[in-house]
Parts: sequence; C-alpha cells; structure tokens
Amino acid sequence: MPIEVILPKVDMDMAAGTISRWLVKDGDRVRKGATIFEIETDKATMEVEAPGDGTIRQISAGEGTVVPVGVAVAFIFRDGEDADAIRLPAERPTPKHASTAPRGSTSIQIVEIPAAADSGKPRATPLARRLARARGIALATVEGSGPRGRIRAEDVQRYQSAPAEPAKVPPVSDLYDIVPIDNMRRTIAERLVLSKTTVPHFYLSAPCDMDKLLKLRQEINALASAEKISVNDFIIKALAMALQQVPAANATWTDAAILRHRTCDVSVAVAVEGGLFTPVLRAAETKSVGQISREIKDLSARAKTRKLLPSEFQGGTTTLSNLGMFGVDSFAAIINPPQATILAVGAATARPVVVGQEIKIATRMDCTLSCDHRVVDGALGATLLAAFRSFIEEPLRLLV
Amino acid sequence: MNAPIRELSYAQAIQEALAQAMEADPRVFLMGEDIGVYGGAFQVTGDLVHRFGADRVMDTPIAELGAAGVAVGAALAGCRPVFEFQFSDFSALALEQIVNQAAKIRFMLGGKVSVPLVMRFPAGSGTGAAAQHSQSLEAWLAHVPGLKVVQPSTPYDAKGLLIAAIEDPDPVMIFEHKLLYKIKGEVPAEPYRVPIGKAAIRRAGTSISIVATSIMVHRSLEAAEILAREGIDAEVIDLRTLRPLDRPTIIESVKKTGRLACVYEGVRTLGIGAEISALVAESEAFDYLDAPILRLGGAEAPIPYNPVLEKAAVPQTEDIVARVRDLLTNRI
Amino acid sequence: MNHPVAALRDAEVSNLRPFYKRFQAAELKQALRRMYLIRRFEEGAEDAYTRGLIHGTMHLSIGQEASAVGACMDLRKSDYITSTHRGHGHCIAKGAEPKLMFAEFFGKEEGYCRGRGGSMHIADVESGNLGANGIVAGGIPIAVGAALAIKKQQRDDVAVCFFGDGASNEGAFHEALNMAAIWTLPVIFVCENNKYGMSVSTERSMAVENVADRAASYRMPGAIVDGNRIEDVSEAVMEATTRARSGKGPTLIECKTYRIRGHSKSDRNRYRTKEEIEAWQAKDPIRHFETELVTRRILDESDVTTIRAEAEQEIADGIEFARNGTDPVATEVTRDVYTIDPMADPTT
Repeated sequence: MPIEVILPKVDMDMAAGTISRWLVKDGDRVRKGATIFEIETDKATMEVEAPGDGTIRQISAGEGTVVPVGVAVAFIFRDGEDADAIRLPAERPTPKHASTAPRGSTSIQIVEIPAAADSGKPRATPLARRLARARGIALATVEGSGPRGRIRAEDVQRYQSAPAEPAKVPPVSDLYDIVPIDNMRRTIAERLVLSKTTVPHFYLSAPCDMDKLLKLRQEINALASAEKISVNDFIIKALAMALQQVPAANATWTDAAILRHRTCDVSVAVAVEGGLFTPVLRAAETKSVGQISREIKDLSARAKTRKLLPSEFQGGTTTLSNLGMFGVDSFAAIINPPQATILAVGAATARPVVVGQEIKIATRMDCTLSCDHRVVDGALGATLLAAFRSFIEEPLRLLV
Repeated sequence: MNAPIRELSYAQAIQEALAQAMEADPRVFLMGEDIGVYGGAFQVTGDLVHRFGADRVMDTPIAELGAAGVAVGAALAGCRPVFEFQFSDFSALALEQIVNQAAKIRFMLGGKVSVPLVMRFPAGSGTGAAAQHSQSLEAWLAHVPGLKVVQPSTPYDAKGLLIAAIEDPDPVMIFEHKLLYKIKGEVPAEPYRVPIGKAAIRRAGTSISIVATSIMVHRSLEAAEILAREGIDAEVIDLRTLRPLDRPTIIESVKKTGRLACVYEGVRTLGIGAEISALVAESEAFDYLDAPILRLGGAEAPIPYNPVLEKAAVPQTEDIVARVRDLLTNRI
Repeated sequence: MNHPVAALRDAEVSNLRPFYKRFQAAELKQALRRMYLIRRFEEGAEDAYTRGLIHGTMHLSIGQEASAVGACMDLRKSDYITSTHRGHGHCIAKGAEPKLMFAEFFGKEEGYCRGRGGSMHIADVESGNLGANGIVAGGIPIAVGAALAIKKQQRDDVAVCFFGDGASNEGAFHEALNMAAIWTLPVIFVCENNKYGMSVSTERSMAVENVADRAASYRMPGAIVDGNRIEDVSEAVMEATTRARSGKGPTLIECKTYRIRGHSKSDRNRYRTKEEIEAWQAKDPIRHFETELVTRRILDESDVTTIRAEAEQEIADGIEFARNGTDPVATEVTRDVYTIDPMADPTT
C-alpha cells in the first residue's frame, strides 16, 4: 500500500496550512526523512519530511494551496507497487476544533466618539426609576434633591403624595362667572393641546353625493319592523369599511413603532352636557348598520348620563365627528392621539352641482379628513377619503 | 450555674485550633519558618512544638516555593498540612505552587484527587513593617478557582474557620490580620466549626449595608456606633469568606437598606470591593439601590513606613464615618 | 529451572550484573514490552496530532524509553512518581493503560483526567503517578512532599521524581533537594538530561557540567548513568531505592539521554544539527536492550516479533477506543473544581 503524505499540524492552533514550496516533483525518488515540502506559518517555514522511502506520486496540492490538516497531499509508492494503483480515499478528518483565534488581519481601529452634549436625561437612582415606572410618573416631572439633581426614591414618593400645585384661582368679579374645570374638561384640554402641538395635522376635503344613501335609508326605515337607522350609522359603517380597505391608515402612532390595527374601531363623538365623549364601536366593519345603530344608541344614552365604562370610550383607531345636525356645512376636527385620522362631516344639503354640461340639484355632504402626517401621507389619506366616499355614494356596497 | 465566659486572644484561638486538630487527626501537621521553638513570628504556634514534637511542628528553611510544594505533595499523599507563611507578602514566592499546583491539581486530574491543604497568611499593616511586610493580598488568591479564601475577624471565627479549613478536603487560604492577634474574644473550649462560605451580620441596621472584612469589621462597628448618634443606622456584615462569597446575605441586606459601602484593607481598586459592587449591581438588589456604591480600601501606593502615612494608606474609623455620613446626607 | 540463563555455567551466572540477577525473564520481557509501548504510543500520538485529531501540543519522549522504564522497573504500586511535561513514557512505565491515555489526549471523559488535563497533566493516581506537570520543576517539591508523607506514615515506599536538565536550574529544584536532605526523605531524583531545555543547551544554561555535580551541594549521593542503557539506569535506581527504603535519604541520579523529536510540536529544531540527532538515534535504547536480551537468549526473534506486534495492536486499539469516547458536556465546565462546593455557581 502506498504511504500517505499528509499535511501535518505543525502549530498549536492550526486547522489548515499552505504549502509554500515543493522540493520534489511527481515521479522523484525520496528517502525517509528527506525534506519534501515546506509549510509557511505565521512564525516560520516548517520543513516536512518524507515518511518513507519510494517514489512520490499523485501530488494533489500545489504551492500556494491551502490544505486542511490531516489531508493527504501525495503518496509514496514503494518499489513494486503499481504506479497506477487505485487512488486511496484520503481520509479527511474534519479539523476537530475550529480555531478560536481572530481570523484574518486584525484591523481593529480606535473610534473617536465626539463628546456628547448633555442628553438631558434625568439622573435617578435605580430605586427611584423603578418606583416612578410603577407609578406612571415621568422622571422629567420629578425634582431631584440629590447631588447634581439626582432623583432619589424619596423624591418620587414626595411627588406622589403632594397634590398638584393648584393653579391660581381667578378672583371673583362682576365681569364674569367662574366655571370650575371638571375632570372631563381638563382631560379634553390636556389631550387636545397635546394633539394640536405634537401631531402634524393636514386636512383633505371632498363632497359626497348623498342621494342614493338617503333613498336607501328611507327604504330601510319604511320597513315595519325596523328601528330607525340614522345617516350617521351609515357613515360609521362606511368609515369602518373604508379603513378595512385601506389598512395602512387604520393605524396608531407609538414612539417605538406604528401599530396597524386588525379591526376598525370607530370612536364616535357624542356631545354631552359640558363636553363630549367618544364611545368606541369595536370592529365596526364586521357589524351591520342595524347593529351599529343599536349600539350607538345605547352608548350615546349612557354617555349622556356619564355611565360609560372606561373600556367603552378608550382606544379606537379613528374618530367620526358629525356636526351636521347643528347646521355646520364643513369643518376640520382635531385628531385624538394616538389615532392617525379623524373624519369631520357636515350637514347633507341640496346644492347645485355640475353633471356633464348641465347644472343639476344634488344632496351633498362635505367631509374633511384630518390626518397625522407621521402615519398617513397625503396619497394615503386621499385613498382613504376616496374609499369612504365610494362607500357613501354606492351605499349598497355597505351590505356586501 | 453558667460557666464563666472564657476569653482567648485571636492568636491563642488559632493555637488552640491547631492543637485540637492535631490531637484529633494524626495526619495534621504544621510547616512554617520559625514555628518550632521560636514559637512563630507572631507567637501563634507558641509551645506547640513541645506538645507535639518537631516532626509535627516542622521548621522549614527559608524556601517558600519549595516548602509550599512539599506541603502540596504531602497533602496529595495522605497528610493534612497546615502551612504558615511568616508574612503574607512572602507568599508571592510560592504562588507557583499555590496557584498552578494546589488550586488546579484536582481539576486537571478530573476530580480523582483532592488537595487538603491549609495555608495561613499573617497580613495587613499598622506595625511599621513597611511595604514588603504589610500587604493584604487576599484578593489575588480569591481570584483563583480551586482555592477557598477566608478572613476571620474575631478569635471565635479564627478558631472555628481554622478547624473547618483543616477538615475541608480542598485548599483553604486563611488571611489573619497582624493587628488582630492580640484582641480578645469569647472562644468556646471545645472544637467547633464556622462554616466556610457564610457571612455574619455583626450589626443589624436599615440605613446602609457596610460589607467589611477582617480588621475593617471592627472599624465599621465603631463607625456604626458614632453614626447611630446621628440617626444613621448601619448594618455591618462580616464577609468571613471571600471565595466563595455569601451572595444571598449581601443581596438581601442591600435590598433592605438600599445603600452599600465596602470596607477592606486591600488596595481599593480591582479588589474585593469591585466584586461586591458588581455582584450587587447584577443582582435583584440593583432595583433597590438608592445611592452610589462606596468602596473604602487601601490607597494606590505601597504601605509607607512613616506612621502617619501608614495610617492614611488604609481606611480608619473616621474615614468610614465621614464617607457614610456624606452619602446619607446627600453630599455624594 | 526458572532462571533466564539457566543454560550458563554457575561461574557465568555469578558474573551477571545486578540487573540480570534481579529480574526474571518475564520482568525483562515486560520491560522491553513497555519500552515498545512507549515508542509506539509516542508515534501514534504524534501521528494523530499531525492529522489534527489532538488539541494543543505534546512533548514526546522518543529516545528516552530506557530512563523511564529503567527507573520504574523496581517500583511498587504504592511508590509514587512525579513527572514532567514530557511524561507519557513515565506514565506507561508506572503501569498506565495506553487507551486511557489516548482517551485523555482526545479530551474524552474516559481519559485518566476525564479530558480536563490533557498531555501535560496526564496522571494515574491509582498507580502512584501523581501527575505530569506543565510547570518546569513543578513536580520536584511535590515529590519531596510525597516522600515526607511516606516517612510520616512510616511506610517504606519511595517517591521517584522525574525532571529534566532545565528544571535543575529552577529555584524549586534547589529548595526541594535541600529539604529532602535535611529531613532525610525517601525520594529519588531522576534527572533525564537530554542536553536541551527547550532550545538552550546545558552548556549555555548550567554553571556545572553535570546535573549530578549538584548533589554534593545537597548532601546526597549523585550518580551519572547512560540514560539509553536500561540496565545502567535500573541499577542506579535500585541502589537509590535501597538507600531510601532503609531510611538513608535521597539520591540524585542523572541519566544522560536525548530526545529524538523536538521539544514540542512547534519546535523547528533550529538549535541542533541533524548529525547530532542521527548520532543519538544510533544509540537507540530499545535496540540496545532488545539486542542484549536476544544475545543472552532471554528472548528469541519470534518473541521480539510478538512483542512488537502486540505493542502496535495495543496502540491501535487504544486510538480506536479513544475516538469512540464520550465528549464532555459544555455545561460541566466547573465540575470537580472543588471536592465540596459550599456555594452554587457564582455566575447564576
């Protein structure tokens, strides 16, 4: 049997080697112990000796090739062995352990990081942070009594228990009546200020032909058993189905990511004494106009008596505000964050419109869609509005 | 009628432990420089040579590396040697046998042998012996897996930890502070063990956890008394064992107090305090920390000869008081 | 008659040197077998290493078989040896099984050290081998310590301490010999002087010409023997063990020998010549002993063939055994650091 000439492991951390020079060629006679090739390593050149006497043949790795350790690179045939003997399958042991040394040239550099401006992040101890997080207190609102303004646990505790500094009450006067601000008013004030100052609003308007929808409604309401469906019920359904068709607009903004909601939950503005509520019709796109109508009646009634549960007016993926019954033609509404849209509809009125080359009379309703530009760009908003409009103008589509 | 409380000095407590261990187990013997008729540089071995003979209380030549290796070999071959370094500083000569041999032989041999070796190190500063005779090197050895490292702070613990160490099948390094040899404390007459790996709460408190070792336990307790008058209620924990550290005791204490100060004589940086601070920061006690962690340790200098400088080079009671006070009054 | 050279006349028998008087034919065959085992073991380990099957490096003792086997021939199981980083030969000489050594080199649980030690820390505690040592001169004080234990336990065993010429320049050597002498301990220091530390020759690193010259500084007899002649080594060690067992203390024996291979697998042999290597190959210890045994008709050629074949088979079987061994589990990286672990893993 020919003797295998393997590429030997010559260094502690070596998985493969490069033959840098052959000192013999195919067919040369070699003696055991004579150098037959050299391996280049990081440290130096290592000589590899012939493992036996004979004729070296079947050199399979040339100079410059990288060969894994243990692989045969040639064979030495002893006298009498067939030079064309079957090439023995070279045992290819996979190198048992991959080297843990860094590979390749280590071009490790020094990175210069410019001095950071004060990030404005509050200094706070771990305990203070945990307490603040648990109590929903923003650290930025807590005053720290520690060195360099460090917020300690006791500062957070002090914040919690002290009443908010009461704003100065205006003095009594003949010129005005003082109306105290209740929770609802204050909440509306805070939320809408937040909305107007932080949400980049833009507005899209379009008129909707109402004739078909009004006729359909008339027919439905003429049915003996029916409860009366209002135009608004149709509008809610239309908005929900439009959002279902334009899901990218059925979204809310968070600092970490935009959430695309899987259902269209329409918050419906309901005026109550002293303010408004926005009860939410969940998954309105799946409900019939009749269901919507019944739900809205119930929610509105309870809104007016302030008997809504928080779960019934929190959330929502869009809002509908209808001031038509107050005679308003059109208006633009303020978005309820974190929602991305709010639709404001006015009264459906008969007006002269151009059809072909003629002037006809049609009943139209002006709709204005306010969009949060962080979530909804112009084209997207326009697509949504167009979808809504097409559900309103082809109302039979609401049934499908 | 109760027996009168019996007090021994720290050095006497160690001697008693050695004697009781040798009486109980013929495999136990002592090795060290001048531990025979001289009685040991700190008079710890005293008259043991007369009671047990020169074969069991062996004076070695001044050859720390070789002698430490002899102790390792004897431990491998069935003896239980207790090796005394005359000064902990000289252990640097023997690090090869302690770190490369004693600590690793069991592991390298696949768990088939144990090295039941005890080594004692008189350590610490305050005697004017200057830089090469005053070090606190316990952190060096506490860094080595395979060793156990303890630091008794009281005579009671000195005896109990030594007996536990001699009975332990693994190499145990005992760091004794020179200034503690003469302090007295209650020591029961019979043999007893203090468990290796358990810290002791020396004073319960609520304002801050002071984790201390060796002589710093005493200074921390003094500081705690002073601070108590100012309304600061310190909890003082005596670590007793450095490897392995009693993590649960430290963590529970910091969870309670929300503040931590580490007090030790070894050089302040890259030592015991770093380990305690890190283990607290990576544990659930992190959520309860309400102030920066303090470390009071040795100065970044060899121990000086001049007595004023020598004192200034390591934490004193006043230093502990001042720093803890600053922390609790919000100045840090 | 059982005597190996029964055919000789009485006069010739009484002229036999102590080595051939002391050991029976079976023991002599066993010694030759062990030398072959060592040689084939080293070659097998080397081959596996060059094929990338063994991690790390290794230090081969090819050419030093006589000092290893010769020194251990007269030892009991209860006698100790400490060894060096070049310790495969000592390990086999003291009775270790090659297959368990291979398993160790392959990092397997079945290895003598459960894969945790590798070549440089190979040990076989049950046979009295307290371990090879990765630190030059690391085992010398340990051997003295083992001898101290023997004396304390009033056993008449000995500790044989193997070390090289390089180790005799370490402080630990001097401290250990000094203590062995002042305490009259039963330790035999066997220096295998193969002329080189790693690459630096004894001429350049040692202040005296022979390691044995240092014995006088430590009040013990020093002997110089041809480390490639097993009978010379064995007789010197027998004298030393007799001294030690009868309480007369330590001896230093220097075996002049040579390692055919480089220091480790990374050695390029730049510091010595091919001529020097070939000159020592001509003094091959196995060929010498084999020739002696055949000449004295203790063995015949078929015995030799059998011994060689058996050694080769045992090595091949050992490698196969090792290959099929059990790999340790990564989560057990901290197993056996301690005998009693008072705390759970501190990283959890």
